[in-house]
Amino acid sequence: MERQLIIAGFGGQGVLLIGQLLAYSGMLDGKNVSWMPSYGPEMRGGSANCAVVISDREIGSPKVEDADIVIAMNRPSMELFEKNVVPGGTLIYNSSLIDGKPTRDDIRVIAVPSGEIAEQAGNLRSANMVMLGAYTGLTEDFSVATLMDALRHKMGPSKEKFMPANQKAIELGIDCAKQQL
Amino acid sequence: MAVVFDRPKALCDVPLHYCPGCTHGIIHRLVAEAIDELGVQDKTIGVAPVGCAVFAYNYFNCDMYEAAHGRAPAVATGCKRTQKDKVVFTYQGDGDLASIGAAEIVHAATRGELITTIFVNNAIYGMTGGQMAPTTLIGQKSTTSPLGRDVERNGNPIRVSEMLATLDGPALIQRVSVHDVKHIMEAKKAIKKAFEYQIAGKGFTLIEVLSTCPTNWGLSAVESLKWLEENMIPKYPLGVMKEVQ
Amino acid sequence: MQRQMMKGNEAIAEAAVQAGCRYFFGYPITPQNEIPEYMSLRLPQVDGAFLQAESEVSAINMVYGAAGAGARVMTSSSSPGISLKQEGISYIVGAELPCVIVNIVRGGPGLGSIQPSQSDYYQATRGGGHGDYRMCVYAPATVQEAVELTQKAFDVADKYRNPVMLLGDGVIGQMMEPVSMPEYKMPVLPQKDWAATGWNPNSGRARAVINSLYIDSAELEQHNIKLQKKYDAIAENELLYKTEQLDDADIVIVAYGTTARIALTALRRAREQGVKVGLIRPITLWPFPSEVIAKASSSAKQMLVVEMSMGQMVDDVKLAVQGNCPVQFYGRTGGMIPGVNEIYEQIMHLKEGL
Repeated sequence: MERQLIIAGFGGQGVLLIGQLLAYSGMLDGKNVSWMPSYGPEMRGGSANCAVVISDREIGSPKVEDADIVIAMNRPSMELFEKNVVPGGTLIYNSSLIDGKPTRDDIRVIAVPSGEIAEQAGNLRSANMVMLGAYTGLTEDFSVATLMDALRHKMGPSKEKFMPANQKAIELGIDCAKQQL
Repeated sequence: MAVVFDRPKALCDVPLHYCPGCTHGIIHRLVAEAIDELGVQDKTIGVAPVGCAVFAYNYFNCDMYEAAHGRAPAVATGCKRTQKDKVVFTYQGDGDLASIGAAEIVHAATRGELITTIFVNNAIYGMTGGQMAPTTLIGQKSTTSPLGRDVERNGNPIRVSEMLATLDGPALIQRVSVHDVKHIMEAKKAIKKAFEYQIAGKGFTLIEVLSTCPTNWGLSAVESLKWLEENMIPKYPLGVMKEVQ
Repeated sequence: MQRQMMKGNEAIAEAAVQAGCRYFFGYPITPQNEIPEYMSLRLPQVDGAFLQAESEVSAINMVYGAAGAGARVMTSSSSPGISLKQEGISYIVGAELPCVIVNIVRGGPGLGSIQPSQSDYYQATRGGGHGDYRMCVYAPATVQEAVELTQKAFDVADKYRNPVMLLGDGVIGQMMEPVSMPEYKMPVLPQKDWAATGWNPNSGRARAVINSLYIDSAELEQHNIKLQKKYDAIAENELLYKTEQLDDADIVIVAYGTTARIALTALRRAREQGVKVGLIRPITLWPFPSEVIAKASSSAKQMLVVEMSMGQMVDDVKLAVQGNCPVQFYGRTGGMIPGVNEIYEQIMHLKEGL
């Protein structure tokens, strides 16, 4: 098993965090993982992306060109990375912010209204957790418990009060993806 | 017979390479006497500069470093931060400290680094053969200001002690001279006090010592002392620029 | 052992602390800032000291001061900052002081970019500063390896009284991977009886003088001959490299650091197509694995060197190959990272010519 992933969006949308949580969950499940961010002067509102590889074997390239799955949180990211999805791969996009549709017809497309779902989960800022859930609903790579472990580790005890809404967002994201399969 | 004059223990028993009439030898002796009187030879570590005093590691009878040009305060910082119980001093000339090492001395001073700097100002680059220094006086001739230092062409000299005295980190900044016995005695007191302040943890200390360069000034030893008094002291007035109580 | 996700820069910093590094002097520059940031919090916890210097020049001279006092000390920077440190590195070598210098390389020349690069290879492997010297240069390809090599770097520095450089590209510094922090055990190393720690005339040891000045030419020549013997011993003892599927390889790739990982993925894909590709990954860039490259070149039909530069290590490969087979070069530069597809295409192109 090997997953090559690209997660992209505006800085501040938590795309680097989605990638870290997927990598961390992979590690918890005993896989080899790598997380490679775009880095630089991108500030809140700029573009941000990261590449994640989750694999049973030693990871070669941490840079991902041919992604099994791309998660796009905004339109420029979808336009930039749609071409990187392998034929038969999946593009998960944030339909709350992206009104257009992907143009390719050789890939599976999952539209996730992450903003609306996050609001429904009780925390507008958990749109990235919705996307994390959508990934999980699609792939069934990780249990919700593993994702929550990863999240708790990343956020630390001071953020415990946000955990119920985050878990809700992940679960609603899972449902959203499953309905489209 | 009672011994009334001897070589300080903190000076090695070797001939100095300094030119005849140069006051580096006097300043070396004052530093060594201060170390002896404070009884800290075995925990003193010195840092030699690049310039005339580059071989100071052969003269001070304690553990020594030789630093890159201008970097002595950084080297002393690295040494002191790893051994807070030691007494660390730098011995630097005007080119080393005020030109290439300007950043290092300013930041060591403002950090209040617990080191003592002996800053020997003779208004010229001695070791390299008499080029213009940052402290060369207006009108003073050097091999790179052959017609005399000119403000328009060469810019103004720097008064290091006054500049450093504006910072919060220093505990003692004082300018002294060694052109006669009275001033030598004052210089000795200042240098000893600087070491005492370092040991007491009061902050950064720097003693600027006005010094001569008979060879590159083109004067005799005695004329040099007179030239220092008449030309350098008006531009670089003696006294305590900063002292914390 | 417990695995934890760590960013390369933070893992390097923690590995150093575990290896007994208690002093760090640095100056901010992207993409290595997590190292000084981590140290500024961590070192006071272990009774050490972190100092943000006024410049890279000062930082490396603070390292000179701390190393001269016998402390385990480190500095880190990225390419333009490493250029500024070269004066101090040369003095450190001349004075025979051990320390670890981390260069998380970014694109150059000049201010260049902040993105990953391998264009400081010449500078690192040829000494970098003035004078005739070498230092051991480690090039990790994973965060785990960066941890292990950082710890080894301190031991090798102490063993030979010579600086050691950890040369990582921006990817190694910025990426996160699982790390098992090894339990560090210090090997038996020479006593630092040369250090400037305060001298008692009755102690029996000679007065310490930390110095690189040998004004007498004959003395300096003897000093350089002595240093050269040290470099010879490093070359003899400290060489590290890794090979992949070399035995039947028609095409042998030589690449290091992140580039070697990307090449590995390309190699796997080419192997799936039946192309016999092997890989040599130098882990020490100096000393350089010339012998294994020479041996591989006697049976390979093509060598392919891939770097994030316009071609630097390729010179050393050519010196090792000695004309045994053609040596091709593929490089990306300026902060561009070669992709698996690009390297795969290079392989397939070479395959056609076989």
